[in-house]
Amino acid sequence: MMPLLTTKGLSRNFGGLRAVDGVDFALMPGEIRAVIGPNGAGKTTFVSLVSGRIQPSSGMIVFDGADITSLPAYARVRLGVAYTFQITSVFANLTAYDNVALPVQRTLTDGRSKGAVHAGVMAALERTGLADRAHMQAGHLSYGHQRLLEVAMGLALKPRLLILDEPTQGLADSEIDNFIGLVREIANSATVLLIEHNMPVVMQLADRITVFNAGRILAEGTPEQIRANAEVQDAYLGATHG
Amino acid sequence: MSEASPAKAYALHLGVIALLFALSFVLPAYHHGLLARIMVLAVFAMGYNMLFGYVGLLSLGHAMFFSAGLYGAGLTVYHFGWSVPAAFAAGLACGALLALAIGLLALRTSGVAFMIVTMMFAQVFYLVILYFAAWTGGDQGLVVPQPARILVLGSASLDLTNPTVRYMSALALFSIVLLVTLAIVRSRYGRVLVAIRENEGRTKMLGYDTFSNKLAAVVVSGAICAASGAAYALLFGYVGSSFASVQYSILPLLWVLLGGIATTLGPLIGTLFMYYVVDVTSGYTSAYLLIVGIALILLVLFFPKGILGTIRQRWLGWLP
Repeated sequence: MMPLLTTKGLSRNFGGLRAVDGVDFALMPGEIRAVIGPNGAGKTTFVSLVSGRIQPSSGMIVFDGADITSLPAYARVRLGVAYTFQITSVFANLTAYDNVALPVQRTLTDGRSKGAVHAGVMAALERTGLADRAHMQAGHLSYGHQRLLEVAMGLALKPRLLILDEPTQGLADSEIDNFIGLVREIANSATVLLIEHNMPVVMQLADRITVFNAGRILAEGTPEQIRANAEVQDAYLGATHG
Repeated sequence: MSEASPAKAYALHLGVIALLFALSFVLPAYHHGLLARIMVLAVFAMGYNMLFGYVGLLSLGHAMFFSAGLYGAGLTVYHFGWSVPAAFAAGLACGALLALAIGLLALRTSGVAFMIVTMMFAQVFYLVILYFAAWTGGDQGLVVPQPARILVLGSASLDLTNPTVRYMSALALFSIVLLVTLAIVRSRYGRVLVAIRENEGRTKMLGYDTFSNKLAAVVVSGAICAASGAAYALLFGYVGSSFASVQYSILPLLWVLLGGIATTLGPLIGTLFMYYVVDVTSGYTSAYLLIVGIALILLVLFFPKGILGTIRQRWLGWLP
């Protein structure tokens, strides 16, 4: 089977800092992949390169067999690469409805979905449990609901690859359980790339885990393999070995 | 703005148009003439509001789009003897093309730089008008003669210098632009424009080419302002370089801020208010600008979102 996403020698420098350093990465369709690593390891920079929010210094990104390295972010979104933000950035002054209507009408314009805007919006809001808050201003929603709205917007883009950047940050434990169920459901129709600090969430959700450290991939494997990997424990889990 | 109460919104707008129509038959001559002028200039304000209110781009150069329409229509009538509809179309085309060219350049900037760039282009436009004084009349301007301002429609002919014809023509233009504006801001495209105003980076990450959307908005805005300018030349018969000066870039900003930014009817309210404050106060004192200034300060204090903007925020959330 051909990978949905491949990067070859992907690098990005910020001044003298090599935030992402020659990363070769492959993601199979249908997978839930978690990306973990200590702060500053280059995780967010890596997914920003994939989504097109920033341009790479060198290297190549291939999505579904096509080289997308030089495509602007909006064009990648239209191919099915959706990114949800680490820091919640819903449109605070618009209603939840309008927030989701924007991605829904985009997919309608691109011919990637059919039907009325209203039906598409309500479907995405219902999947995330926000339907009864459709006409609330997004900025007035609770933090947890804003995170869910962010996911609803990602879903409404009909992504083939959904990138979730620290989605459970700031959520209560009860909200996290619902969230895990939601991501599992999303994974039925999309490939998920998840940056996450909460290890129980990672261990429950991920099919495979990629560990970043200092801009490079330190290790990659199933949750069991990663848990057992001594290098990872040194770099990230903070365990000391005698 | 989504799909809440479309019927209410359209009813209100049609009601305003009906009211303006009825006023034509009851207003005394002086106010009748003034209101015709206000409606044409409210179109200018609506064009400005399209870009400033809905996309959040503050231009300080919209006088150039207004005067592109003014001169595009005025010069073709004056020098080439074009008919009224052809001259109006020429004015509209000049404004739209100028907006496309300026947009391509100015949209490479944002924020304060955008303000400065648009203002500089408008100054260039102003100086070009003065430079070609042989054609434009320089700072004296041109008066379009009465025989050139007759609209021939089949066998009928309408004299645009007749007060009632002038008022109804102004109302027709105003109504069309008002309804078009309402349709745009309620459309999918309008939703994208507001999203760009609220958070451009996020809008890109939802798959929107924000540059193209902004460019289209500049062209629509420029075309509406040019329509206002072209109508002004044909209805009031004066084509002057003062309309290209920086003052006429600031005025639509003031009108929109007063009436209510990003409201469809705000531009009319703001233009009306400003005109009548000047009109009433200048009847009492030569220091009327002092009173205008005080009125503006009071408005900013008590109606920070403009007259309609504050009404929408406090009482009528459904106003488009």
